[in-house]
Amino acid sequence: MENEVVIKTENLTKAFGDFIAANAITFDVYKGEIFGFLGANGAGKTTAMRMLCGLSTPTSGKANIAGFDIWTQTEEIKKHIGYMSQKFSLYEDLTVRENIRFFGGIYGLKGKEIRQKGDAIIKKLGLENEAKKLVKSLPLGWKQKLAFSIAIFHEPKIVFLDEPTGGVDPVTRRQFWDLIYEASERGITVFVTTHYMDEAEYCNRISMMVDGVIKALDSPKKLKENYGVETMDEVFYELARGAQRKAD
Amino acid sequence: MIIALPVIQLMVLPLAADFEIKNINIAVVDHDHSALSRSLREKIVASGYFRLTVFGDSYPDAFKAMERNKADIILEIPNDFEKDLARDGGQDLFLAMNAINGTKASVGGSYLGRIIADFNQQYRKNLMIQSNSESSSIISINPINWYNLFLNYKIFMVPGILVVMVTMIGAYMCALNIVKEKEVGTIEQINVTPIKKHHFILGKLIPFWVIGMFVFTIGLFLVARIVYGIVPLGSIGLLYAFLALYLVAVLGIGLIISTYSNTQQQAMSLAFFFMMIFLLMSGLFTSIDSMPEWAKWIARLNPVTYFIEVMRMVVMKGSEFKDIKMHFAVTAVFAVVFNAWAILNYRKTS
Amino acid sequence: MKQFIAFFTKEFLHVFRDRKTLLLLFGLPVVQIVLFGFALSNEIKNSKIVIFDYAKDATSRKIIEKLEVSKSFEIEKNITRVEDIDKSFRAENIKLAIVFPANFGEDLVHLKNASVQIIADASDPNTANTLTSYATNVIMSYQKEMMQTRNIPYSINTEMRMLYNPELKGTTNFVPGVMALVMLLICVLMTSVSIVREKENGTMEVLLVSPFNPFLVVISKAIPYLILSLFNLIVILVLSVYLLDMPINGNIFLLFAESALLILAALSLGLLISTLTNSQQEAMLFSLMGMLLPTMMLTGFMFPLENMPVPLQVISNIVPSKWYYIIVKSIMIKGLGFSAIWKETLILAGMTALLLTISIRKFNIRLE
Repeated sequence: MENEVVIKTENLTKAFGDFIAANAITFDVYKGEIFGFLGANGAGKTTAMRMLCGLSTPTSGKANIAGFDIWTQTEEIKKHIGYMSQKFSLYEDLTVRENIRFFGGIYGLKGKEIRQKGDAIIKKLGLENEAKKLVKSLPLGWKQKLAFSIAIFHEPKIVFLDEPTGGVDPVTRRQFWDLIYEASERGITVFVTTHYMDEAEYCNRISMMVDGVIKALDSPKKLKENYGVETMDEVFYELARGAQRKAD
Repeated sequence: MIIALPVIQLMVLPLAADFEIKNINIAVVDHDHSALSRSLREKIVASGYFRLTVFGDSYPDAFKAMERNKADIILEIPNDFEKDLARDGGQDLFLAMNAINGTKASVGGSYLGRIIADFNQQYRKNLMIQSNSESSSIISINPINWYNLFLNYKIFMVPGILVVMVTMIGAYMCALNIVKEKEVGTIEQINVTPIKKHHFILGKLIPFWVIGMFVFTIGLFLVARIVYGIVPLGSIGLLYAFLALYLVAVLGIGLIISTYSNTQQQAMSLAFFFMMIFLLMSGLFTSIDSMPEWAKWIARLNPVTYFIEVMRMVVMKGSEFKDIKMHFAVTAVFAVVFNAWAILNYRKTS
Repeated sequence: MKQFIAFFTKEFLHVFRDRKTLLLLFGLPVVQIVLFGFALSNEIKNSKIVIFDYAKDATSRKIIEKLEVSKSFEIEKNITRVEDIDKSFRAENIKLAIVFPANFGEDLVHLKNASVQIIADASDPNTANTLTSYATNVIMSYQKEMMQTRNIPYSINTEMRMLYNPELKGTTNFVPGVMALVMLLICVLMTSVSIVREKENGTMEVLLVSPFNPFLVVISKAIPYLILSLFNLIVILVLSVYLLDMPINGNIFLLFAESALLILAALSLGLLISTLTNSQQEAMLFSLMGMLLPTMMLTGFMFPLENMPVPLQVISNIVPSKWYYIIVKSIMIKGLGFSAIWKETLILAGMTALLLTISIRKFNIRLE
């Protein structure tokens, strides 16, 4: 693990009127790390992530993503990050290849590059026979793997995954995490929100959010030791018990 | 917004619907410059139907004004009009109208014709006052306008537009709502629950039926009565009875559209297509009598036609059930056919 | 540029993949232009009327003969009592009743004055007015004939010329109107959902995270529809000329250029609706319910704009189809060149620029 910091936040806060969705969040993420962002529904995970991606303007605080400032250089940031949302976000009425071509195109990749890398992805995911089929017709697990591959298609420094594995079976989830490890080995930092505790175990470090505040931040192993429990589930219960906010 | 949009439109749009031809722009090309030509011009302007926008003695200038939509009619008074009329006992005036809108041209022409004839008669009388009193026999015509003494167009349009609003809400909102569930996938979830299909459909239809009733009530009592002062002459109960039946037919159309479309965009395009036809082929703006025979058939297959007729008959003329029993029967058939069609098609596709 | 091509290809694929919508997109204008071109007219003919002749003399019979041959009227013979007029009006059996009083002919000869009563069902004021004036014209022309036997001195004759449309066909007026209406509404409808659909499907988030130019996204959404609509325009024009006998007296390229301008204005309006709404349903509610009737009525082909109350005349200025309608009439029928319509063109261009600027400005690059 190198120690180059790719995400650095300081007291990052987002308020919607009186409601403080994310309160003074401060943390660092290192290059190539798989950083888990955990919390109950409504804890503020998605809000925090959206601020980091430039989808939402923070109320106050500082943050630096891939060497660019979140307030002044959002357009630069966008070139160096990838994003995959809960809704896996591909165009259902386009084919696999057309989706690849489109997303390659908007990140300004060259036609030849798109074709070569696209072929490689299709081969790796075993989608040779489906390349010309509409995304609509693929099973959810494949869509998600494809969406992830497309999110890192332009070799971003950081990829943000917002609950990427909702609704798929454990085998597919395992395969999905293999893709994540692979990306991390290539030096892509992975920032992932989840509420599956088994997934939390796969991360290098995790932060726990409760009521918009980061309550804990460490490796899964250390966290379990600190709270003196056996599983991440228990860590989560320990922390989330004090939550005031109702899940949404 | 479902309520506000139609109500606002109902308040404003009837003001726009006025076929009465007035404010016709006239260009007078006067080569004569005589006292007679001046008094003719003054008489035309004094009639109130015409607005003198161009006045001069060059026809090309007047024609240019017509090209620019500044004049609808050009009246050309020839050189020595007054002199020749007195000497030869006859003179021609030239009229040229912009006939792109044929009705406007012919109505405008006949107004002007009448004014000129009148002017002619006065002129003749003045000249012949001393000669024989043997004037010609005259047939005088006494027109009476029943139900709408002052030919107020708003009384005619408000009920029609109200029908269109109710129809749009019913067919269109209902279709979109169901297709949205299809698109989002919740309809699958409902299909696996033990809810019977007809219960589901009914559950979907009833709210829109109620909304339709509600909008109609607001339109009839708030807008028509308070804003336009229109009080139905006939039975309000009869109107509601018809509305209740009509909404079932309209919601049936919405259902049919929803069964044929997979996305909201498709549903909307279909709804748009039918709304356009329903609207323009319903006699709302143009009389069905003036349509060619085949087009009349389309109008007869259009449920909107019947409700517009019923509304106008009951509101303006106080027609009774026996006058509109055909309308009831046809609408009932529509209601049954549309809903049966929708349900059959719904079964087939899911 | 590469981004633009990617976006553009994608939008085209969206449009062409949805066969049903595509079919509607092409079928709709064709059906409507033909249907309305033939069916719509303000002209009134074959209206059922009833005549009560209490005079039964030569004069009344001659006038009735004249009424019978008129194409405007169809004479209903089954109603025999004057008391039934009200009932027949209410059942929509007749539209007009003409009553000749007893001694009609005699009065005319001896008293030099006789009157005819015309009773109209004025619940439809337009029909009532038109029918009354038709009947009046028939009676007046009889009177003229009667007087023609004697020579009248000092008479002013009017020679009338109907310019542009000598046969007074309804299509000449309605086709440009329907053209304006159909093209405007289709373009607005199609684009109004385009952006909001991405919001609903969640793909917007991904676009927002990517380094794209909002301007390109908005423009590339409009282009496929611009091309499709120009195709539609060709079809509409072919139909109007060959099926509906419409002339194209002016420059056809000018007509195309102006049509492209209207299409652009409509697309910009659709895009604006799309950026301002949050769901497809809302967008469609706006574009269909909110626009169908107002554009129909305020374009000027249904009801003369100059008759409307001033506030409505002012409002009609923001309806793009109003300007386009004037332009189409000027080019197709009057055969005028650009110098006659530069003002309207400028207004449409200004609208387009304004709408497009607002929609790009309003295009939120943040989710809040």
